[in-house]
Formats: sequence, structure tokens, C-alpha cells
Amino acid sequence: MFNYIVSQLVNGVTLGGMYALIALGYTLVYGILLMINFAHSEMFMSGGYIGLGVLNLLSNKAVQAAVVARLPFLAFLQSARTFFTGSTIGMILMLLIVFGISAVLTGCLGMLTERFAYRPLRNAPRLCPLISALGISIFLQNAALLWIDNSIPFPSLLPTRDFGFGITPIRIFIIVTSLILLFVLDRFVSTTRIGKAMRATSQDQDAAGLMGIDINSVIALTFFIGPALGAVAGIFSGMYYGVVTYNMGFFPGIKSFTAAVLGGIGNLRGAMLGGFMLGIIEALASGFISSGYKDVIAFVILIIVLIFRPGGLLGESVVEKV
Amino acid sequence: MSETSTATTHLVEAKSATIAFGGLRAVDSVDLHIDAGEIVALIGPNGAGKTTFFNLLTGIYTPTEGEVLFDGRSVSGVKPHVIAARGISRTFQNIRLFKAMTSLENVMIGRHVRTKSGPFGATFRTPAFRREEAQIQADAERWLEFVGLSQFANEIASSLPYGAQRRLEIARALATEPKLICLDEPAAGMNNKESAELNQLIFRIRDELGITVLLIEHDMKVVMNLAERIYVLDFGKLIAQGTPGEIQANPAVIEAYLGKGADAIVRERAEAQAAAETDASRGSTPPNASANDDLLESDGIIMTPPNAQAKEDA
Repeated sequence: MFNYIVSQLVNGVTLGGMYALIALGYTLVYGILLMINFAHSEMFMSGGYIGLGVLNLLSNKAVQAAVVARLPFLAFLQSARTFFTGSTIGMILMLLIVFGISAVLTGCLGMLTERFAYRPLRNAPRLCPLISALGISIFLQNAALLWIDNSIPFPSLLPTRDFGFGITPIRIFIIVTSLILLFVLDRFVSTTRIGKAMRATSQDQDAAGLMGIDINSVIALTFFIGPALGAVAGIFSGMYYGVVTYNMGFFPGIKSFTAAVLGGIGNLRGAMLGGFMLGIIEALASGFISSGYKDVIAFVILIIVLIFRPGGLLGESVVEKV
Repeated sequence: MSETSTATTHLVEAKSATIAFGGLRAVDSVDLHIDAGEIVALIGPNGAGKTTFFNLLTGIYTPTEGEVLFDGRSVSGVKPHVIAARGISRTFQNIRLFKAMTSLENVMIGRHVRTKSGPFGATFRTPAFRREEAQIQADAERWLEFVGLSQFANEIASSLPYGAQRRLEIARALATEPKLICLDEPAAGMNNKESAELNQLIFRIRDELGITVLLIEHDMKVVMNLAERIYVLDFGKLIAQGTPGEIQANPAVIEAYLGKGADAIVRERAEAQAAAETDASRGSTPPNASANDDLLESDGIIMTPPNAQAKEDA
């Protein structure tokens, strides 16, 4: 029994790490623009696709052959393959490259959507960027479906062993990496000059501008960081479930948005807390009640929290000014 | 008074600056100038367009007609953060501090525009980055000390007493190292002692730091003590300018503040019209009639009635 509880907890923390990474994207954007970026779940999906693409380019013989046939200058990848797949150092390096490129490209995708889909609507009623975000979401899903594939298997990169209590290398990897990223982001926002500029912008955009902060670049940076973290979660998801699909962002997106609200939307630590809480609640609910009920339980908890703390767990209770 | 301006450029110069929101001309063909080292006040009844003028000057709005020059360069269409870098800083009528940050952090934000280390330095905490961080913090502490808020450095801004919040806003604005600081009702809600301290602070900003001050203020005691020159706006138009003494004696200003009985306006308008019809030359009208005439007819642009002023000077 104890064994079972612990293994469910480990599973929950793993899910929670992913949710927390995605939830940060929602909460960062909401904090600065007061807008819910519905396209964020597609950043998660794009991250998974791009990560898999890079991975295949580095390690998959058939893919390399097909690519080199068209782009001969990439032939060096074929000779690098044995290094990446053959040694431990090669594997680690390959993972770093996969995560790095995917995060940067997805971050750029996020900045592009901001530039072309949201910035023109900066002063429009708040519903407009929301609808624009839904449009981007639908567009990206269908682009992935039509131009790439609806689902592609994701090779398991880490050895499959169980250290007991359901602790596997992939879970350790996800938990440790997400904790490191969350810590780095928290430090970045709370101590650096640019982090301060982000906080100032979220607290008062006009005043921040008048103090010499370039609002547009702060917003662009926000739209880089959020999707980059989402992309990392997307690759985690691919590695964890062994597949990427064009609509893989839907449920994690909703869950992570819930996690952001649970923790107090706009609050970074709240998003982290909410992510882990939701992951653990879900894992315990599916372990002890029924996996069919896990979402019901998770959302019931959300409703209960919002009844007693409408601003979320760490959010400020906003007093409506009259 | 620097009325006889030579070819030297003014620090701020508005040339028939106008901004219209739909049909409302919130600032209407305003011409004014401020020279380096002056303390100038912008006064007028509520809704006269004073804050809107600040917004034109600091880049939040772009004039629909005319232009505003700062240091000889137009600020029309220039982004607020660029204007801040050129040397204009401001405070707000309704205090707009970064509420969830400490006083020190608020002032450090003001240093943002004068610092440059990028994300690379921040991520890897390079020595240059750490030196700059330490410098920013030292500067911020110095500004807090200047406005007398050192003891509140690590308090959250929203928890400060009201008067201290106003001074913190000034410290944050000073931290951007401006050439011009625009204070929007700095004495609002202050008691006599606090506003006396504020007076001292504003004089020190000009005398010790050499920063030009433009202020909007309703507290006439503060304005008359501080300002060397005053511009008066009413319904977006400049209705008077001059020294505190001139402004206090100016009938147009008194009217703008106190209003007129409706019947008096109708009667005077009729009289003025009659006067305009009968008198071909305006110069020959008796002083009193001329003053009224100016009030009603000339759309209120620079309205110190010449005769009244001549009388006062003599």
C-alpha cells in the first residue's frame, strides 16, 4: 500500500513538473497583458514536434538519409550519428541540443505570434486578442496535422528500469529538469534587471514605459520565455508517453491553465505550486478512485479553492474599485 | 520673465500643440516654452488639459496638430521609453508606483534606462554585471536618501504612508537622471507640514541637481511659492501666462477658476459685440471694455489683457 502511494506521488510530481512548466507560460502572459494565450497549448505541441524533428535529424538513420538526399550539405549529421547514439556523453549532448533548439525555435514562434496576432490588437477590446489566440491555436494544430503527421512515435531515449516506488530514469529526468528550470526562472525574474523590468511592466505598463523600459521588448521576451518552457514540457511529454500528436496540447493546456488559476494567475510561484498540486491530485485520484474520475476530482478541487480564495492560492484577492 | 526670447532654444517648446479626442480638443493650440533651470507651473481648473499636456510631453499621446519639442527635438510619436532616455521623467496624479516592489526596487527600476547589461550578463552573473548591479543599488539608495526615505528602503511601496509614496515617486523619477521632471499634483492630499517639506524638496531638485521642474498643482500656496512662471490652461486653451503676481491679478484666470454668472456672460457678450461694432480700432476702447472683449472674443489664446497689464506695471 505504502509502495503504491509513493509511486502514485512520483507519477504526480512528474506530471506536476510538466504542468508547472506550461502553466508558467499562461501566467507570465496573463501577468503582463491580462490576456489568456489560448495558443500556448500549441507551443507545447510545437515544442514536441520540433524536438522530435531535431532528435530524428541527429539519430535516425532513415530520416537522415531522406534529408541528406535533398540537402546534401547536412551529410555531416550522418557521421555524427554514431557519436550521438553510441556514447553516454553523446546522448547527453544530443538531449541538450534537442531541448535547446526546440526551446529557441518555439520561443521564436511565440514571439512571432505575439508580433503578428496580438500586438496589432494591443489596444483592442480584450476579447479580440483572445479570439486571435484561438485562431492561432487552430491554425497551428492543423498545420501540424496537414504538413507533418497526426501522430509520430517518440523514441525512448532513457533506459527503462525501475528503481522501486515507480521511480524511473525518465521521471527523475523530468522532475529534476523542471525543478532546475523553475528555480532559474524564479531567480531570473526576482533578481535580474530584466526580470525587474518584467515585474514593473506587469504592475504598471505606462509607468514602466515612462521609467525608460521598452514595453514591447519586455512583452516579446515574455512571449519567448513562456513558449520556450512549454517546448521543454512538450519534449518531456513526447519522451514520457512515447508519441507526439497534433492535438497533444489540448488536455495539458487546459490542465496547466487550471493550475495557473489554482495558484493565482499572474503569480509565478503560484503557477508552480498549482502545477505540482494538480499533478499530484490527479495521480492520487486516478490511483485511488478511478482514472476516469481524475479530471473530475481535479476540477472539483479547483472550484472549491476558487470559492474560498477567488484569487487562487497565492494570488492577491483583488478588491474591485468603485 | 524671459519673454524676450532670443535665438537660444528652449528646453521645452510647444508649438500650437493640439490633441483632439473625437470632437474634444483636450489640449488646444497651446504655445509655451520652458527654459533650462526654471520652475514652471501649469495650473487650471479640473479638466483643463494639464495632465493631457504631460501625456503629450512624455510620449503617451501624440499631438494631432502642432508639435512639442524637447531639447530642440520633436517628441511626437516617440516611444515613452525613448523620451525617458532623452531626459524627461514624471510622477503621476494618482500615485503609480510598482506597488508590489520595495521602495529600493522601485527606484532601481528608474535606473533601468541608464544601465545596459543584457540577458547574457544577467544569466551568467559576469563581473561586469555584478558591478553594475551594485552600482544601481548604491545609486538607488542615494536617491532614497535625497528624498528622505532611507528608512523605508526595504518596505513594500504600497505600505508606505501617503506622503512618502509621493516622495518615492519623485525619487524614482529622479533616478532616471532627467533634465526635466514633470510633477503631476505632487502636493495633493498633503498636510501643511508635508507640503512645506515638498516645497523644500522641489527647490533642492532645481538648485542642487540643476533639473528643470514643470509642475501641475492645485494647491495655490505651493504654486505661488515655487513657480517662477505660471501657465494657465482652461478647456484645453492657454488663457494666461506670467509671474505668480501677474497670474493672481489676471481677471481671465479668476474667471476660469470662479466662473461667472450666466446672465453676466450674456450681458457682457452683447456689450462686447456692440463695442466691436461701434469701435473700429480696438486700441481706443476703454480699459474695462477691452478686458471683457478679450475674454470673450479672442478664443482665449494668451490672454493677459494688454491694458490691464500696462496699468499694473505702471
